[in-house]
Amino acid sequence: MFDLSPQEWVAVQLSLRIAAVATVVALPFGIAIAYVLARKNFWGKSLLDALVHLPLVLPPVVTGYLLLITLGRRAPVGAWLAEHLGIVFSFRWTGAALACGVMAFPLVVRPIRLSIEAIDRRLEDASQTLGASGFWVFATTTLPLALPGIIAGGMLGFAKALGEFGATITFVSNIPGETQTISAAIYTLTQVPDGDRAAMQLVLVSIVISVAALVASEWLARRASARLHGV
Amino acid sequence: MLTVAVEKTLGEFRIDARFDGESGATGLFGPSGSGKTSIINMIAGLMTPDRGRVVLDELVLFDSTARIDMPVAQRRIGYVFQEGRLFPHLSIKSNLDYGRWMTGFAADTAAFARVVELLDVGHLLDRRPGKLSGGERQRVAVGRALLMRPRLLLLDEPLASLDAGRKDDILPYLERLRDEAKVPIVYVSHDPGEVKRIASRVVRIEGGSVVATGGVELLGA
Repeated sequence: MFDLSPQEWVAVQLSLRIAAVATVVALPFGIAIAYVLARKNFWGKSLLDALVHLPLVLPPVVTGYLLLITLGRRAPVGAWLAEHLGIVFSFRWTGAALACGVMAFPLVVRPIRLSIEAIDRRLEDASQTLGASGFWVFATTTLPLALPGIIAGGMLGFAKALGEFGATITFVSNIPGETQTISAAIYTLTQVPDGDRAAMQLVLVSIVISVAALVASEWLARRASARLHGV
Repeated sequence: MLTVAVEKTLGEFRIDARFDGESGATGLFGPSGSGKTSIINMIAGLMTPDRGRVVLDELVLFDSTARIDMPVAQRRIGYVFQEGRLFPHLSIKSNLDYGRWMTGFAADTAAFARVVELLDVGHLLDRRPGKLSGGERQRVAVGRALLMRPRLLLLDEPLASLDAGRKDDILPYLERLRDEAKVPIVYVSHDPGEVKRIASRVVRIEGGSVVATGGVELLGA
């Protein structure tokens, strides 16, 4: 059905890998931040809230540039990470995953926060009276009750990460086989004279992936909420 | 034996309650809004008194002068809430086992079977709370509290959410519970008939304070 060159297949695989890694890594942080924003009151809470939402309102190029000047190879934090922990982001697929994760983060946090806010806290009281201390209340009651929101956040984050373009290309450029995702590959193909056919192929692949992800998350969310409502 | 002496100001409302609970069932009786639920929340630890002392069999649960406030999770006080509060994401069997998991007791199939039989919930074990009737839900809530091996059982208007016919279905289970479970009970209700059937001792609450303590004759007036 799809007549893609090896290099284009690599872009497809890379996109999936980058989006999956970005989502999986962003989720625990997203759950933690969502919990803090939903439940705690502290000085600077609105600042944290604004910071989380920043990638949503900033032009993606700005986010990508900020990543470049902090985490690039010669940048202070980037140089330190490379020297002491051996972690390099710049011009690597891991950097693309980081950029996608940062861009997706507000979309991961929001539904999780809403679902934590909607939890009947009297159930958490009940779990305390049954002997569950703080961590176990969270693990056995809060987390499973927030599952529909976690699925929605993961799905939105994955979709955002899959389509991310501006921050990624600014931070890690457009290197075939390393940082060239579907979006970047399509962009490249539209810049060459006879790239239309191949670009169209990639557009179709990207539609198939997006629809599949949407259907899968819809199915997961329905199952999770059916479990919660006692079927 | 349970000793309660708690003070708490909630906005305009002031609670100042002192009473003792004996083995067997103590009825906390009074009109709605008289502070009964707040008082047992302070026994369970879900609400912190401004001042006072809560002691259960020489175990100090709360003492404001000694700055003792045992965390809710460590008190091991079974609490049956008015609306049951079963965990919607767990099966009935897992709901019943939850307290044992959290307190770390080893599985005791004999105790489990006894409670299941006492409350007649055996046919519900694989179901989820969403599909249960009000009466079934409250029986499971009682079983869940009982299976954590509580030092004390608090029942907060356990029949209030049920219609009249259903109440008479549940009361015999609660009477058996009182006679067989050997756990001291504090039974909260505004219904004199209910309290009369369950409790041997009555603490009468009005406006946040204890106005009388004595036998079931207090309910007649």
